[in-house]
Amino acid sequence: MSKKLLSIALAAGLGLAATSAFAQATVSPTLDAIKAKGYVQCGVTGGVPGFSAPDSNNVWTGLEVDYCRALAAAVFNNADSVRYTSLTSQERFTALSAGEIDVLSRTTTWTMSRDTQLGIKFVGTMFYDGQGFMVRKADGINSALELSGAAICIESGTTTELNAADYFAANKLEFKTVVFVDQDEVVKAYEDGRCDVYTTDSSALAAERSKFANPADHIILPEIISKEPLGPVVRQGDDGWFNIARWTYYALLEAEELGVTSANVDEMLASDNPAIKRLLGVEGDFGTPMGLTKDWAYQIIKLVGNYAESYDKHVGPNTPIGLARGLNALWRDGGIQYSPPIR
Amino acid sequence: MSKFAFVRRELAPSLPPPVRNTGLIVWVHRRLFATPGDTLLTVLAGLFLLWAVPPLWGFLVGNAVPPGGTVEQCRVENVGACWAYIASEIEFFIYGFYPMDEYWRPNVVFALFGVLAALLLMPKVPYKVPSAIGFFILLPIISIVLLLGGSFGLKPVPTEQWGGLLVTLILSVVGICCSVPLAILLALGRQSKLPIIKTLCISFIELVRAVPLITVLFMASIMLPLFMPQGTTVDKLLRALVGVTLFEAAYLAEVIRGGMQAIGRGQYEAGQALGLGYWKRMGFIVLPQALKHVIPGIVGNFISLFKDTSLVYIVGMKDLLEAVKTKNDALEWAAPTQAVTGYVFAAAVFWIFCFSMSRYSLFWERRLNTGHKR
Repeated sequence: MSKKLLSIALAAGLGLAATSAFAQATVSPTLDAIKAKGYVQCGVTGGVPGFSAPDSNNVWTGLEVDYCRALAAAVFNNADSVRYTSLTSQERFTALSAGEIDVLSRTTTWTMSRDTQLGIKFVGTMFYDGQGFMVRKADGINSALELSGAAICIESGTTTELNAADYFAANKLEFKTVVFVDQDEVVKAYEDGRCDVYTTDSSALAAERSKFANPADHIILPEIISKEPLGPVVRQGDDGWFNIARWTYYALLEAEELGVTSANVDEMLASDNPAIKRLLGVEGDFGTPMGLTKDWAYQIIKLVGNYAESYDKHVGPNTPIGLARGLNALWRDGGIQYSPPIR
Repeated sequence: MSKFAFVRRELAPSLPPPVRNTGLIVWVHRRLFATPGDTLLTVLAGLFLLWAVPPLWGFLVGNAVPPGGTVEQCRVENVGACWAYIASEIEFFIYGFYPMDEYWRPNVVFALFGVLAALLLMPKVPYKVPSAIGFFILLPIISIVLLLGGSFGLKPVPTEQWGGLLVTLILSVVGICCSVPLAILLALGRQSKLPIIKTLCISFIELVRAVPLITVLFMASIMLPLFMPQGTTVDKLLRALVGVTLFEAAYLAEVIRGGMQAIGRGQYEAGQALGLGYWKRMGFIVLPQALKHVIPGIVGNFISLFKDTSLVYIVGMKDLLEAVKTKNDALEWAAPTQAVTGYVFAAAVFWIFCFSMSRYSLFWERRLNTGHKR
């Protein structure tokens, strides 16, 4: 029996050694597998408007979907070479670890325990979300600090509840909670006037507001009281694929910073700016070492657009969600989206 | 001396006309106001209807926005159902993410299914054997080829893109069709005298029945991939199909066993006396009677299976209900009654299918009634 166990262990060890030798020979096993099957398998939500949801033509669309499309554009020069897997929040990490998806782009909050304990790696923060407050315009409240004595509608058992309690305690404000189990009930209660304030993540606040009969009667207060950095996730242990995932995200930011859009990218090929030349692969070759082509970023921008284009199209002020850039603006515009230089 | 004791010589006097026992007034009197208690119940029921119907009518029809309306019409205070939303998103509810250019493929499958099912289910239509071959052999093959694509120049459509009513119907039809034969075998196996077969069947039935369907689906979706070598994936839809079928088979097996136990011992013995072997005895004598007895139980299980298919949302599949829930968040149709309208629509579709199944089973009960019915 022990002999048998030993041989299994040996075989496993040999297998591991073989895999690591293989990994050295190629840039990334995940990338090889993706190229072999011909598409990127991307894990998305079951439908969160603005991030990943079916549009009126029943095609996946949203900020996080655009990231998947950008990856496909970088790998295949074709943003449509993506297959989407709709995942619940319970199964998302298992699906990633089990190799059912290549990248998880599903409103997933970057936390330390997830990053260090689940065998996964967060690529970056595509969207800085955080908990906010919505009140009726008629109440004349302009800041969360004026909310003393307010009745607040909250979903029970969520971090939302704890964050609100922390915030009010820290600012020495009185408040009363009206707790419900279901998000829909919370919204209904707020709408019916059973409480003065409705609180949840600000992206969700905006989406819920657009469902009211008169969205303009409600305002979202400027205070954001929690950190919810949402970003794409890949499996730990394939650094090559992690690099591609990370620099695809940075390419979106860098393109915005340099003013390269899907509309002007072809003219920009003739630009004199060395940073643009490097980004678009006119000068230097940053794609091939990653296992991609020289014009990888050109393809991303041409086929998907830069970060600002995606943001404005899906969640920006001119969409029904109507979120200002806020923290998600570039560093030079007062936000914290920042790409290391491509050079 | 006549042999008749009494002979009537003239016509009997005509009796007074009977109290009317037909007609609306009699019906109302007898059924609604026969006793003070009945009268009270009638009045209470009437009041309830008066209280419930007008707002319901107002929501469903009166204040509702008919199909073809705009989202602005739905976005007002006290609006009724927003049917325009359903009409605009109906394709997602039926096909999910199936590519729009390829809708003809599910449509062909729906049509084939409808025709073949009608041929099979209507007793008066002849050619049962060819239609059975068509339904149980050709239809699955054609459906797989058409829906999945990838051959005969059809564009491949992976199952992640299937959704809506298509998935609900695939899950329930396959679940129903595959679970019945499996359930019969399990029921026979459980009564078998061969110890291994008996133990296997009992353990399977008891194990599966002791676990909620949601757990079976969750295990199939989340645990299974962890046990398998990385990169090998079994299709999600297939996993759900296997889970649903096995689950349904375990329940049906017990229903069928119940029917078999209602068959008198004499029937088994008569079969043996006629020199019939086990399979003939079961197939020609016991099972036809047993299945007839348990039609209500079997159809009850089918109906609950049909509704249980909506649990596949737990593995991220978009069945009808989940498709409706997804679109309930769609901002193009964001309106106060958007979600309620979606749920009413889903409920109506589920009701139509379940009610039809229930009626059809009643029809068979009546048709097969041979005097056992009490």
